[in-house]
Amino acid sequence: MSRTALLVLADGRFPAGGHAHSGGAEAAVKAGRITGAGSLEEFCRGRLHTAGLVAASLAAAAALGLDPVELDRAADARTPSPALRNASRRLGRQLMRAARAAWPSGELDALAGEFPKGAHQPVVLGLTARAAGLGPEDAAHCCAYESVSGPAGATVRLLSLDPFDATRVLARLAPEADLVVRQAVDAAHRAAEEGIDALPAASAPLLEIDAQAHAAWAVRLFAS
Amino acid sequence: MDRVTAATAGVRAVARIAARPDGRGGTALPTLEGDGPLAPRRTRAAGAEARVMLVGAMSGPLGGDHFTVEADVARDASLHVGSAAATIALPGQAKGGARYDVRLTVAAGAELRWLPEQLIAVRGSELAVTTRADLATGARLTLREEQVLGRWGEEPGRLTSRLTVRIDGRPLLDQEVSCGPGAPGGWDGPAGLAGHRALGQLLVVRPEFAEGPVEPRMLGEYASLTPLAGPGVLVTALAPDALKLRRTLDEAARVLG
Repeated sequence: MSRTALLVLADGRFPAGGHAHSGGAEAAVKAGRITGAGSLEEFCRGRLHTAGLVAASLAAAAALGLDPVELDRAADARTPSPALRNASRRLGRQLMRAARAAWPSGELDALAGEFPKGAHQPVVLGLTARAAGLGPEDAAHCCAYESVSGPAGATVRLLSLDPFDATRVLARLAPEADLVVRQAVDAAHRAAEEGIDALPAASAPLLEIDAQAHAAWAVRLFAS
Repeated sequence: MDRVTAATAGVRAVARIAARPDGRGGTALPTLEGDGPLAPRRTRAAGAEARVMLVGAMSGPLGGDHFTVEADVARDASLHVGSAAATIALPGQAKGGARYDVRLTVAAGAELRWLPEQLIAVRGSELAVTTRADLATGARLTLREEQVLGRWGEEPGRLTSRLTVRIDGRPLLDQEVSCGPGAPGGWDGPAGLAGHRALGQLLVVRPEFAEGPVEPRMLGEYASLTPLAGPGVLVTALAPDALKLRRTLDEAARVLG
């Protein structure tokens, strides 16, 4: 694998549109559930072990070469909120454009043809990792990290949180994110043996509920 | 019930219910078995629908116990399953957690309404619930799950509950909640339960949702009604207690008609 390719893919400046999404932080800030670094860390920890684990597992499975159409269906079933399904597909479409520009591949072309409105973002990310010569662990790392870096970055803007505090939150969560990556990669290998149902389905009730409330706001800073 | 073995490993209990049309516009129950901790009893029918009540003859599940309930609804049959009381997960003498598996199959043109009382995860208990519903295209399902973490004012037990629903083998919904001491971090934080002690889901699958999907809506600040990527609607709700949770889910059922 190329470690530099991983840095390119995981770079916040990679033009995949992630900066427009808060990962639920905007709704949680408005509801008064994220008020500073401490509650941001708990929010991110909850997201990491649920949505983060699921996304990392889907991405790892796609990077392993499991059927992306079946994985996309598994992502739908694990995302009851239509607002979150739409956000994930929009992000998937944007990532697809950047990925095809960076690492052209027949597999990416086929997936783009199958889902013109966008496949779920973790599935696209897994195939992007393959196209970039990266493996399941790399793909899972991208998703697990993104599941916490998104809300942390958004909270800096939403609460004028000190960026040093936000970065400390991410550093403190790093060992747990590594653990989630290991779980995700193990689950992806199990899914290759036993079928896609072996992938985790961990859910965070407030992320689902808040995403729907947020989607109905007239004015918002972030798309989700 | 075909087996109850009270060994050091805990109690293993299976209850089975099978429903099929009785040929006179009602529903017959050719299989209705299970006793000990899981006793299904037929109660008064309502029209075409057969009604079954799960009566808990013992408390539990306790640590080490493994309960299984299976319900199979054949083409054009209609079955309602409730429970006489809440299921209370308790700590046990045996090592390890308890398991409770629910396996539902519903054929085309059939309807299952699965509406048990709450599951209460008592302090010190450890329970893993799996609920799997395999539906055919054209099947109807109403399924309610309510989890209460701890009795009033009590610390919660450890609870994991996974709900998997398939239509013709394709996944419609796959969700797992994990909470209580030892659950993955952040479960009670601002992305998880945020201090709520009752959570619930109401899932409604109807073939007509494939043509006319239901619009998403909020039911207060802590409950949402969302159309799934298929002919189903899921209501997800949090509440401070079981009573308020039931009110929200009842309201959602009225909204869905």
